[in-house]
Amino acid sequence: MGVLMYWEAIRRAHDEELANDPMVIVMGEDVGVAGGTYKATRGLYEKYGPERVIDTPISENSYTGLGIGASFLGVRPIIELMSVNFAWLALDQIANTAAKVRYMSGGQLSAPVVIRSPGGSAHQLGSQHSARMEKVFMSIAGLRVVTPSNPRQAYGLLKSAVRCNDPVFINEHELMYNLKGEVPDGEYFHPLEGSELAREGRDVTLFGYNVSVHLCLQAADVLAREHGIEAEVVDLYALSPLDRAGIARSVARTHRAVVVEEAEAPVGVGAEVIAILNEECFFELDAPPRRVSARNVPIPYARNLEKAAVPHAADVVQAVLGLFGRT
Amino acid sequence: MEIADKKRILRDMLFSRRFEERCYEAYVERKIGGFLHLYPGQEACVHGVMEAARPGHDYVITGYRDHIHAIRCGADPKAVMAELFGKETGVSRGRGGSMHLFDVKHRFMGGYALVGGPFPLAAGMAKAIQMRGGDEIAICFLGDAANNQGTFHESLNMAALWKLPVLYVCENNLYGIGTRIDRSTAVVDQYKRVCGYGIPAAQADGQDVEAVARAAAAAVDHVRGGGGPYFLELLTYRYRGHSMSDSNAYRAKEEERMWSGRDPIILLRDRLIEAGAMTKEDYKALDTEILEEIEEEIIAFAESSPPPAVEDLERYVWAEDGSCRSGGAG
Repeated sequence: MGVLMYWEAIRRAHDEELANDPMVIVMGEDVGVAGGTYKATRGLYEKYGPERVIDTPISENSYTGLGIGASFLGVRPIIELMSVNFAWLALDQIANTAAKVRYMSGGQLSAPVVIRSPGGSAHQLGSQHSARMEKVFMSIAGLRVVTPSNPRQAYGLLKSAVRCNDPVFINEHELMYNLKGEVPDGEYFHPLEGSELAREGRDVTLFGYNVSVHLCLQAADVLAREHGIEAEVVDLYALSPLDRAGIARSVARTHRAVVVEEAEAPVGVGAEVIAILNEECFFELDAPPRRVSARNVPIPYARNLEKAAVPHAADVVQAVLGLFGRT
Repeated sequence: MEIADKKRILRDMLFSRRFEERCYEAYVERKIGGFLHLYPGQEACVHGVMEAARPGHDYVITGYRDHIHAIRCGADPKAVMAELFGKETGVSRGRGGSMHLFDVKHRFMGGYALVGGPFPLAAGMAKAIQMRGGDEIAICFLGDAANNQGTFHESLNMAALWKLPVLYVCENNLYGIGTRIDRSTAVVDQYKRVCGYGIPAAQADGQDVEAVARAAAAAVDHVRGGGGPYFLELLTYRYRGHSMSDSNAYRAKEEERMWSGRDPIILLRDRLIEAGAMTKEDYKALDTEILEEIEEEIIAFAESSPPPAVEDLERYVWAEDGSCRSGGAG
C-alpha cells in the first residue's frame, strides 16, 4: 500500500485504464499538452497521443455531447469538466441524452461516459467557481453519482466508472487534490454503490461525503475527546443510487443522526438522507435528525465571508451536542 | 438515375407521405399521444441523401421529425407505428414515442427532442468511427432552426478541427416552429454560415430527389474519402404545422401554394410519366396498394400489439449487465 495524493491516484487510474483499453479516451480543457488543471492527466498526452488525450475547445456542452455520441459506438470517454460550475453548460447533454438514452431507446443504446469535475468552495474562488452541484446530478434518473473522499476512493471509483455501462458523474473537490492517503499497489475497483464506515461509534451517526467526511472525522475526534460521545462516520461516496439500507442500518445502531454537507441545505443530500431515515427507521430515532449545511447564499469572495458561508467541524460538534440536549 | 431506381424511390416517398398522413388520422383518433411532427413535403430530403449513403451501414441521427428517417435506415414501419401507439412491439419498446425512435440494429441512432442536441452526438459517433478505422460515416439530419443553437457552432468547430467523418444535412423548411427564417436568422442561406469553420458546403433543391441524391453523392464521397465534415443544405417545405398542436396560421396561402406546386412526389411521378415509364393509372394503383399495406399490416399490427408491462416501468434506467455492480472488475 503506497501513499498517493488525490490527484496522483486519479492520474494513475487514467493511465491504467488508457493502457487497458484502446477505446478509452480522455477529453477536456487543458487535459493534454497542459497536463490538466489539477494534474490529473499529467504525462498522458505524451504517452497516449492527441487522438486519445484530447484538448477540447471551451465548449462544455458540445464536447460532453461529443463524448456521449462516441460512447454510443463503444468508445469509453473520461470527460473532465474543469469546474463543476461549468457543468451547468453541459447539463443538457448529461441529463437529456446520457442519462435518458437507454430508457428512451427501450434498452438499445447506452452512454458509458465518465464525467469528472471538481466542485466546492476552496480559497476565495468567488461565486461562479465555488458551486456544489451534487444535488442536481443525484436527482437525475439514469446518472450515477459518486464522490471520493480520499485517494483510494478517487482511484478505485474512476477505475470502476470507466468499466461501468451507465454514465457516471464523479464529483471531486478543489481542496482535496493534494490530500494524501493509502492506495492499494495492485489494481483496485471500488464499488459504485453502497457506503463506507469511516469511523465506528455507538452514540450518533455522522453522514458525510467528499470533503464533509473530513469535517465529520474531525468533529468525531473532538466529541470523543471532550464530550465522551462516540460518533460513527458513514462515508456516502455513492450519492446516486444512495445506500438506503446502509443509512438505515447505521442509525438503527446509534439512534441519532447528523448529515453534513458542504452545499446549501435546500433539496440537498441532507434533505434526502433525512427523508430516508423517516421512511426506513423513524421509530429508531431518539432525537430529530439534523443537517449541517452551507448558508443559502452564493459563495462570497471575502475570506471572512467565505469562511462564514460554509460549515466547519465546530458546527458539526454543536449539532451533535444539540441532539443530546447539551447546548 | 435508372428508371427502376426512380420507381423505387417514388414508391418509398409515396409510402412516407401516406404513412405520415395515417399518423395524423391516428392522432386525431387519439391512438397516438404527445407531440407529433410530420414529414409531408420534405420526403426528397431523406430519400435523396440516403440514396447516396449506405442505409444500415452509416450511422444516422436526427431530431424529433424522425419517422421517415428511421424507416429509410431500415426500421420496420410496423414497429415504428407500434411505437407511436405506445406498444411493447415498438422500435423503442413504447418508451420513446414519436420523437425518440431508435433502431440501433439498422444504425438509426435516434430521434432527439432538444433542438440542436444531435450535432455533437453525430460528431462523437464520427470520432468513434475514426478511432475504429471503419468506412462508415455519421449523418446528422436537422432543421434550419437548429443552427441557431450553440451546439451547431461548437460541433462544427470540433468536427473541422479533428477532421471527423460526419455529414451535416440541413433540411431548411424555412420555419423554426412558427417563426419564419428571415425573422429569426440573420443569414438566411444556411450553407454560408459554415464557411467560418472551413467546412465545404453546398445548397440544393430539396424538392427534387434526383438533385438531392446528386448533391449528397458529392457530400458523402467527400466525407467517406477522409475529407472531413461536410454541410449540405436542402431547400424544402413542410406542408403541415410544426407539430399537431400548431394551427399553422402564420404562413401565407400563396407561399403554401407555391411549394405544393413543387411537390417532391409529383415532380418525380411526372418525370416517370413523361419518360413513358409509368401511367397515371399505375400511380393510382401504387397508391392504393400502399394505403392497403398501411391499413392492413401496419395499423393492424400497432392496434393488436400489447402495451408495455407496468411491472417493467423501472427497466432500462440502469445497466442490467452487472458492469456497475461488482466494481467493474471485468
